[in-house]
Amino acid sequence: MTMPYYASPEQLMRDRSEYARKGISRGRSVAVLTYAEGVLFIAENPSSTLHKVGELYDRIGFAAVGRYSEFESLRVAGVRLADVRGYSYNRRDVTGRVIANAYAQTLGEIFTQQMKPYEVELCVAEVGDSSETDQLFRLTFDGSIVDEPDFVVMGGQAEAVTGHLRDNFRRGLDLGEALMTGVRALSAVSPARSGGDGDGSLLAAGQLEVAVLDRRRPKRAFRRVVGAALGTLLGDRAAGEASEGATAAHTPSTPQPGTPAGLGDPAAPDTAGGTGGSGEGSGPQSGPADGEGGGTDGGTDGGARS
Amino acid sequence: MDGLSQSHTGRSGFPPAYLDRVGSSFTDFLASAAPDLLPGRRPVPQIPVGDLTPHGTTIVAVTYADGVLMGGDRRATMGNLISSRDIEKVYPADSWSVIGIAGAAGIAIEMVKLYQVELEHYEKIEGLTLSLDGKANRLAQMIRGNLGAALQGLAVVPLFAGYDLDAAPGTTPGRIFSYDVTGGNYEERGYAAVGSGSLFAKNSLKKTWRTGLGGDAATRTLVEALYDAADDDSATGGPDPVRRLYPIVYRVDAEGAVRLADDEVAGVAKTVIDERAAAEGQG
Repeated sequence: MTMPYYASPEQLMRDRSEYARKGISRGRSVAVLTYAEGVLFIAENPSSTLHKVGELYDRIGFAAVGRYSEFESLRVAGVRLADVRGYSYNRRDVTGRVIANAYAQTLGEIFTQQMKPYEVELCVAEVGDSSETDQLFRLTFDGSIVDEPDFVVMGGQAEAVTGHLRDNFRRGLDLGEALMTGVRALSAVSPARSGGDGDGSLLAAGQLEVAVLDRRRPKRAFRRVVGAALGTLLGDRAAGEASEGATAAHTPSTPQPGTPAGLGDPAAPDTAGGTGGSGEGSGPQSGPADGEGGGTDGGTDGGARS
Repeated sequence: MDGLSQSHTGRSGFPPAYLDRVGSSFTDFLASAAPDLLPGRRPVPQIPVGDLTPHGTTIVAVTYADGVLMGGDRRATMGNLISSRDIEKVYPADSWSVIGIAGAAGIAIEMVKLYQVELEHYEKIEGLTLSLDGKANRLAQMIRGNLGAALQGLAVVPLFAGYDLDAAPGTTPGRIFSYDVTGGNYEERGYAAVGSGSLFAKNSLKKTWRTGLGGDAATRTLVEALYDAADDDSATGGPDPVRRLYPIVYRVDAEGAVRLADDEVAGVAKTVIDERAAAEGQG
């Protein structure tokens, strides 16, 4: 006969927290930073198909660390909630706060009522009309929700990365500067960068998943920065190409036949230059129909609309 | 109200259906989570009500060398009344496709809205856009669900066109799909029209449309077809220079779906009208 045993609620919660924390700390880090034109997501993620960063709605993005299957189902739930709300009310009535609240409730419920808590940490980011109205919500495995002002770091080395960012982050950086700040912070703690420890080398483009919520884009602000555009932003910084690089990341283009916009082979990027030297803010261009931006490449020149 | 309260999350977290990782279709999801929001799930009226609701009329689509154009007039009618002079009946479905609707306006606009969310939802969940054929098929399923209402005078007949990102080299990337009330889905060659003025619009296109037209020439054939439809069909509105209302025209090419500026369409419409006037109404 087995002995019935008693565990105090404190003990239970502590065990679960520890379990979840352990799971999360094994993963690589994700940083979400505000910059002048919106919100930047940088994830250390060598996979180009299993995303840690995603689009929830027009102005709302999502980033997560931890167990993929768990945060993926949360991401899908967020997309569903946003789409149902937008469909039954209006697109403007979908806010980051509503989605973040739903996540907090769900995570809290799972944490207290199920055997195994979710080993995830989430960030819901919403881009507003100006940088003062940008919002970053950070959600932890137990359902706590925090509204962070400038940046959110999650994952294994979160504290070290946060410390690094606290020293180097400034408000109102442009996209290139913000990206470099974030990548430097992630690289400082990552074991995966090209050189060994302490040589100051940075994570390569292939190990990063980068996306932005760009407030200048007409409707769907979310956009992945991939391929050559990312390379330009990462590599040619020293040449003082800051603003040009930033524009290139939003240049319209023609995707390769057969590849959905923006998701093609990194060697044949959807961005940076596009066709026939268009872009670089070369005057008003016909973007896609207003309101149908397209997740990764609507062919919109952000610069022409700013 | 049960369905709506289901969608009112936020206070109690996600209902179980939201966390269920099955399917990437928004319509299918609504069917389980909030069926009252779907157009096909409501009781069908017992008597014909076609004359009580505004109806949209002529939609025309033409392919051209670089893609496809779709245009629609601005009139909605209710029996013998003109219920709207500035209704919009052509919408972008996503970045690479457009949808135009003829038939009961209320249901049609709801269906377009649902269809737009459907495509975007799939894109967000899967991280991929549907193929053009996939999008056309999905629309057919939505029309099929409306058959009961269609028989009571609430038919919705869309026209769908898009830029095929998978088009083989040498073929035209612009493609047009037409539908019937039972959800039949037919790919059209060159051009197509739906709605009460479609007969006249198609006759016009038969004379003016040629393979491999350029963008401007194709816009001209499209506006002229709408003019001809308005000429002979009382439910189709012509260009209205007094109110500055002109047909809505969308162009879908490698750059995506773009609505042509009113000035551009007005210019084309004016050319057509002037030429007809010069021919003393015999054009």
